[in-house]
Amino acid sequence: MPKLLSGLRFLLPTLALCTVAAQATEQVHLYNWSDYFGEDTLPGFQERTGIRPVLDVYDANEVLEAKLFAGRSGYDLIFPTARPFAARHIKAGLYQPLDKSQLPGLDKLDPDIMASFASIDPGNAYLVPYMWGTSGLGLNLAKVKAVLGEDAALDTWSLIFDPATAAKLASCGISVLDDPTEVFSAALAYLGKDPNSLAQDDLDAAAALIKAVHPYIRYFHSSQYASDLATGDICLAHGYSGDVLQVRERAKEADRGVMLGYRIPREGAAMWTDVMAIPKDAPNPAGAHAFIAHVLDPSVIAAVSDYVFYANPNLAATPLIDAQLRDDPAIYPSPAVKARLFVPNERTDREIRNLNRMWTRIKANR
Amino acid sequence: MGIVSSQYARISRRLSRLLNIGLPYLWLGLFFLLPVLIVLQISLAEPTLAQPPYTALWEWVDDGLLQIQINLGNFILIGADSIYLAAFLNSLWVAFICTLICLLLGYPMAYAIATAPERWRALLLMLIILPFWTSFLIRVYAWMGILNANGLLNNFLLWIGLINEPLQILHTQTAVYIGVVYSYLPFMILPLYANLTRLDLTLLEAAADLGCRPIRAFVKITLPLSMAGIIAGSMLVFIPVVGEFVIPDLLGGPGSLMVGKLLWTEFFSNQDWPLASALAILLLALLVVPFVLMQRLQQNIDGSRL
Repeated sequence: MPKLLSGLRFLLPTLALCTVAAQATEQVHLYNWSDYFGEDTLPGFQERTGIRPVLDVYDANEVLEAKLFAGRSGYDLIFPTARPFAARHIKAGLYQPLDKSQLPGLDKLDPDIMASFASIDPGNAYLVPYMWGTSGLGLNLAKVKAVLGEDAALDTWSLIFDPATAAKLASCGISVLDDPTEVFSAALAYLGKDPNSLAQDDLDAAAALIKAVHPYIRYFHSSQYASDLATGDICLAHGYSGDVLQVRERAKEADRGVMLGYRIPREGAAMWTDVMAIPKDAPNPAGAHAFIAHVLDPSVIAAVSDYVFYANPNLAATPLIDAQLRDDPAIYPSPAVKARLFVPNERTDREIRNLNRMWTRIKANR
Repeated sequence: MGIVSSQYARISRRLSRLLNIGLPYLWLGLFFLLPVLIVLQISLAEPTLAQPPYTALWEWVDDGLLQIQINLGNFILIGADSIYLAAFLNSLWVAFICTLICLLLGYPMAYAIATAPERWRALLLMLIILPFWTSFLIRVYAWMGILNANGLLNNFLLWIGLINEPLQILHTQTAVYIGVVYSYLPFMILPLYANLTRLDLTLLEAAADLGCRPIRAFVKITLPLSMAGIIAGSMLVFIPVVGEFVIPDLLGGPGSLMVGKLLWTEFFSNQDWPLASALAILLLALLVVPFVLMQRLQQNIDGSRL
């Protein structure tokens, strides 16, 4: 779930690659997260197929979803997060099944990840995984260590959820994702409970925990934190792995002494997968299939990973990825860490709405 | 011949009158009433997992059998859950404060421009309007750059030694007020200016001649005469600020509970279009009442002056 780093998230709703050129060439309309392709992904596709890709970007699943539900979005290929979004779209009948005869590269995908979709997409009829990552802690290492001490453990949710620790870090700034599922599951993991629990007792306990540290949280936002970490406006962010790692690299390049880090908390963290899917009313499904086939090419997807700092599910691509990324436990976690990751479970609309309304209350501190 | 042509002229006059009156109504009906009715219809539906994500209000079951299903649950939920009332009240409060600040800042500015020498006025007005040439969002983002801990303002204050630690302004309610007042100030100044340029300055001279002090003359003459401008400017600020979403979202902190944000959550996070529509209808109803009152007040003022 990458977010637009510059923060100009409303300003570039249509980052079309093309100019006003000949309409005659075949086009495929892609709707993807901002900053979620490699530099050569789209030009490479046009070179290979002759189809011109037209890209629009979003920075929240909700925005994509609203367009899908309204109908006739005009997009051929979209990149939602599998759970709960793509799962819900399949239920609502918004996708068309894949024609696997046009996707010869499917067999290279990680069977574990394909199997993990069994409950939302039986037989992998609709979804092709694109990237996966975790939700954890982004840190400005120097600032956090200056507050907590050189030897303080940083791979723990207690940085956010322990009121005494959070109070200390409040002065240099804490941000939390504006997403009830993410925050509740993190709080539940910290409390040692099932992170997917929807039992009212557990939710109340998590809500009380978040309220206790509410005064120390500067803001709840799902994209602002990345650039704020880089500029030093905040020192601790609950955020998505790739977003933090991208700014870590940029801070390194800027060479102004800002050292950022990403940690997967030892209490457990959410793992998510973004997928490719073709809307039912896509104008050019054949073009969409061609694009998926392009992405299934190991060298193409490896270049995307190199650029966006997310792991991809293509096993044949792993050897092609920059060794520095491949060996980074924040991107490809060790089996021991991977065992602590959890996947959000399926929820009914009613449960989601209840959670969201609880969340509004918590954020407003009421 | 003469009778026919005069009849023809009468008909064409009627026709043109009908067009003159009818067109604005047609416009209002098409671009205001119809959308409101659509929203109202959605607010009475139920959310469902489909495209579009709400149930149909009516359905032809058989030949001639029309089934209408109205769901008042959305309005009941809004009434039963105190968070919505709190959000409405908070939005009204924020809008009220911002309108007041805009008025206090905007009035002297409008007055200064209106009483400035003729050749300066166009330039001064231009300075008020010029920021509109930049996108509203870019201007709000610019405020993020100004207000943040490493921003222009903090660096300036640190540099002149007024503060030792950067002030935390961004992501607080103060930042929301700053952003809103900045963005909406021209909407206050322009109607006030339009009103104040029509002010008959000889009245003030007469007052001065008769020994009235400037402050008293202002309170007794200028202020009442500019009331129509004050009302127009206040409404232009107040009404959009109540439903404001972007500025609190970008500049505000976790505590800023506004109805615009709740509406966003219901529509996008919850995919609950009916509840979001119900909120929109209530917001509209909430704004229509003060609007009508103000309109009436303004008519009274205009009427009494004639």
